Amino acid sequence: MSGQGAMGLQVEGLRVEYPGKPPVVAVEGASLAVAPGETVALLGPSGCGKSSLLGAIVGIVPPSDGRVLWDGLDVTSVPVHRRGFGLVFQDGQLFPHRSVARNVAFGLEMAGVPREERRARVEELLALVGLDGYGSRAVTELSGGQRQRVALARSLAPRPRLLALDEPLSSLDADLRARLAVEVRDILAAAGTAAIVVTHDPAEAEVMASRVLRMEEGELL
Amino acid sequence: MRSAAHHSLSWWLLALIPLAFLGLFFLWPLCSVLVHGLFDGGFDLAGTWAIVTSPRTADALVTTLLLATAGTAGSVLLGVPGAYVLYRLRWRGQRAVRAVVAVPFVLPTVVVAAAFSALLGRSGPLGFLGLDQSVLAIVLALVFYNASVVVRVVGGAWAGLDPSTASAAATLGASRRRVLAHVTLPALVPAIASAASVVFLFCATAFGVVLVLGGTRVRTLETEIYLQVNQFLDLRAAAVLSILQILFVGLALWLSAAARRRRERVLGGRALDGTRAFLSADAWVAVPTILTLGVLLAAPMYALVERSLRTIDGHGLDHYVALFGQPGRTVLPVSVAQAVMNSLVTAAIAAALACVVGQIVAALLTRRSRRSGALDAVVMLPLGVSAVVVGLGMLLTLNRPVLGIDLRGSWWLVPIAQAVVALPLVVRTLVPPARAIDPRLRLAAATLGASPWRVWSSVDWPLLRRAFGLAVGFAFAIALGEFGATSFLARPDRPTLPTAIYRLLGRPGIESIGMAFAAAVVLAVMTAAIMMVSERMRTQVGADL
Repeated sequence: MSGQGAMGLQVEGLRVEYPGKPPVVAVEGASLAVAPGETVALLGPSGCGKSSLLGAIVGIVPPSDGRVLWDGLDVTSVPVHRRGFGLVFQDGQLFPHRSVARNVAFGLEMAGVPREERRARVEELLALVGLDGYGSRAVTELSGGQRQRVALARSLAPRPRLLALDEPLSSLDADLRARLAVEVRDILAAAGTAAIVVTHDPAEAEVMASRVLRMEEGELL
Repeated sequence: MRSAAHHSLSWWLLALIPLAFLGLFFLWPLCSVLVHGLFDGGFDLAGTWAIVTSPRTADALVTTLLLATAGTAGSVLLGVPGAYVLYRLRWRGQRAVRAVVAVPFVLPTVVVAAAFSALLGRSGPLGFLGLDQSVLAIVLALVFYNASVVVRVVGGAWAGLDPSTASAAATLGASRRRVLAHVTLPALVPAIASAASVVFLFCATAFGVVLVLGGTRVRTLETEIYLQVNQFLDLRAAAVLSILQILFVGLALWLSAAARRRRERVLGGRALDGTRAFLSADAWVAVPTILTLGVLLAAPMYALVERSLRTIDGHGLDHYVALFGQPGRTVLPVSVAQAVMNSLVTAAIAAALACVVGQIVAALLTRRSRRSGALDAVVMLPLGVSAVVVGLGMLLTLNRPVLGIDLRGSWWLVPIAQAVVALPLVVRTLVPPARAIDPRLRLAAATLGASPWRVWSSVDWPLLRRAFGLAVGFAFAIALGEFGATSFLARPDRPTLPTAIYRLLGRPGIESIGMAFAAAVVLAVMTAAIMMVSERMRTQVGADL
């Protein structure tokens, strides 16, 4: 299968192996594609390797084989911080020493965006995730749902080419999860970003993604 | 995969800085001590053996063992009841008493030595006991120093001991004494053993206290190394004794590591509140314990302050005023005020060196791996070698130009040696908080476009700033009071405050000795102030230290 000329994300024969005796193969021969603006869900039971696959795509887990391409260009050996792929962790991983606004501004600071532009973008994103006026709050004051919204805004702020979401809602209670799933879908649609959502909840996958890929024991079905 | 290889290369490049520092200023000097000890022209094991088996060496070795054993026994005997009263029981004002009990441990050795010689010396409040230059005086000083270690380690274990076990034994008909003997103390044995082995190590490597209080009469391996260099100019004998000391300390460290492993295996569980409120029935143990601790801690400090104020005709600030004047040239070539300045400058450079190198090490150790374990072990090595051996090694090694730089007799050797001594503690202060940061927080920053350097500067550094401040304070305090290595390297015309105090203590006359006590008070106050400021930097993440 050839990725040349294809737009968006192209993953070819990706393999992730963790050292040990014997080594553990977490992902084997995974191939998939995500078109620009499309949201794809990776669905599977816990321990099936979907988070490892996501990590390898984003660049925080080194693959032992296979390629990751964006718009036909091989980015497999491009380090995480230059790959332009965002990642939302299950538990947010907000910077505890920064306010809500400065968390959202982090990626913009790294990209060297001027202060005024940064401020406008942060406000725009806080409005997008429904947290107008929360900018000066400490992240420790937020509820679980609010924290995930901030994490989402933070990842979207530097306009990533692709947004990876690793069980973004699973740390929340069921009621909130159902509501936020719809919201996240709308936010991603509004941002127009290509996205991969890892989840173990079929209903959630159905709501958030336009296409669902199933994974079991390290392989895509 | 290529980025992993690249990451590995940059790790090793960065590791070169601490490795070069320790290699040049610690490992190489250590090797030259070994070489000096084993070679004399050619390989000369017979000569080495002659020194090892000489009566003087045997005497020093026996004294070292005796002092370390007695000091450890005394610290445990006082520390265990102290742990009970200060940690197991709850009472008002307890925190303040705990803080006071912890003070001696941060005092520089020269200060403790000066305080005990003020108390027990011929003109001291307890001079009539005739304990000056006696083994008992040194043991008391060692207990003064180390009882707080036992109180803290055993107290921590005792406060976390499940009280229901003791209650269960009581319901089975055990008396309070039997509960203590058969339930409580056995449960505390790992903690007591761990504390005792650490204290034994401290006592076996005590230098300043033994040198000042023992003079030439009570000699341990440590002071014998110093005396061989400074009185007999016998570097060979000093090197052989250093090898003995390294072996001795190695053995003590091995025992202490074994004890600690056992303790961790026993602890390793949920945190429990095993404290209980003070009952009037506790008074029979609490009152004598607090009184003994109080007298042991307060009497020497009181004697030190009193004698620093005692003049020929009453009391006054004369000795403090004299610190600014130039004493007789045979006593000290510069004023004590100048020695204070020397000490401050030296300690500042030492702290800067130790903290920069320590910060690099901490960054490299944050992710656990086999190579970081190896680096950790190398960086901790100075802990296993007494400061006296470090000083001797640097004296032997850097006596000739190295890489075109001539440090011979240079004043720079002093802060460098102090930095080597302080480095392990700096690293131990910085690594746990760095490891407490969730690694995914750094990954989050990386996915937002932060390069490895920006990850460190915008995630690690803001979260570790306070721990770094604490480490700077510790390193500064250690360097300020450092005596073992400094006594070998400080030039007579550029004394640090501790070496000046040591010289003044050795001169006859009420002026010199009064100045020594006044200078010791100044050093104690400086150290206490630094520790108080840096303790404020302590955060929750660093609380396990």
